Amino acid sequence: MTAYWPSLIGGMLIGLSAVLLLLVNGRIAGISGIVGRLLGGQQIGTNVAFMAGLLCGPWLYAAANGHLPPITFVASTPLLVLAGLLVGIGTRMGSGCTSGHGILGLARFSKRSLAATSIFLATGIVTATLMGTWR
Amino acid sequence: MSAALRVLVSLAAGVIFGFGLSLSGMVDPARVIGFLDVASGHWDPSLAFVLGGALLIALPGVAIQRRMAQPALDERFHLPTSTAIDRRLVAGSALFGMGWGLAGFCPGPAVAALSVGLVPPVIFAVAMAAGMILYDRMLAEP
Repeated sequence: MTAYWPSLIGGMLIGLSAVLLLLVNGRIAGISGIVGRLLGGQQIGTNVAFMAGLLCGPWLYAAANGHLPPITFVASTPLLVLAGLLVGIGTRMGSGCTSGHGILGLARFSKRSLAATSIFLATGIVTATLMGTWR
Repeated sequence: MSAALRVLVSLAAGVIFGFGLSLSGMVDPARVIGFLDVASGHWDPSLAFVLGGALLIALPGVAIQRRMAQPALDERFHLPTSTAIDRRLVAGSALFGMGWGLAGFCPGPAVAALSVGLVPPVIFAVAMAAGMILYDRMLAEP
């Protein structure tokens, strides 16, 4: 159980970030939306600032823990390209990802986000499990 | 004045979000796949704790937001208004889940992981940006 405290506290910090952005700036902390708007040249100031902050995250962790967070990759280069394309197209088509639909959407009791979250969790579990049996 | 403060708040929110992703283990694709691959024999429930922890804070946050006439630094809340569960939402979410399950990256961790100086996050993020641009400029219905 104690092994999951960092995940729970990390999750609470992600929630805190989302609430800060919502109550102060009036915006949804949806990362695919923020990246998408940035690529479309919209709200450059706030979106660049958020992305810059996001990039600082692992280094703030390193400053506190003496090492960067562990990152282990599971996909080959061609799979990374395919996965990136699917995530890019899918999150724009579905208007959100794990943060916008999965956190804010569920917290707002949005049926649309509940549907989106159930679907991407389902296809994510099926895909990862199939890949796992082949790996 | 408000505009400059909004940029600062966005920066702070990004730092907290990125630190939370790092602390929670979600910048690590292996941990994400450990949750999504339910037949591995060593299932990792971390992701459920992350989502649970985030909702623990976001739920009361949204309750407060509903009692506010406007956000602290803007004239109105910019919230999604669509309620339709249409083909786009279903197909898009299904495609996103497939990509997520292939590499263990969703947009937040992929961006955060860009700063650690490794190549795979860059490959994923470039492909993701290309997918977003492709959809927004060519595939999106007007």
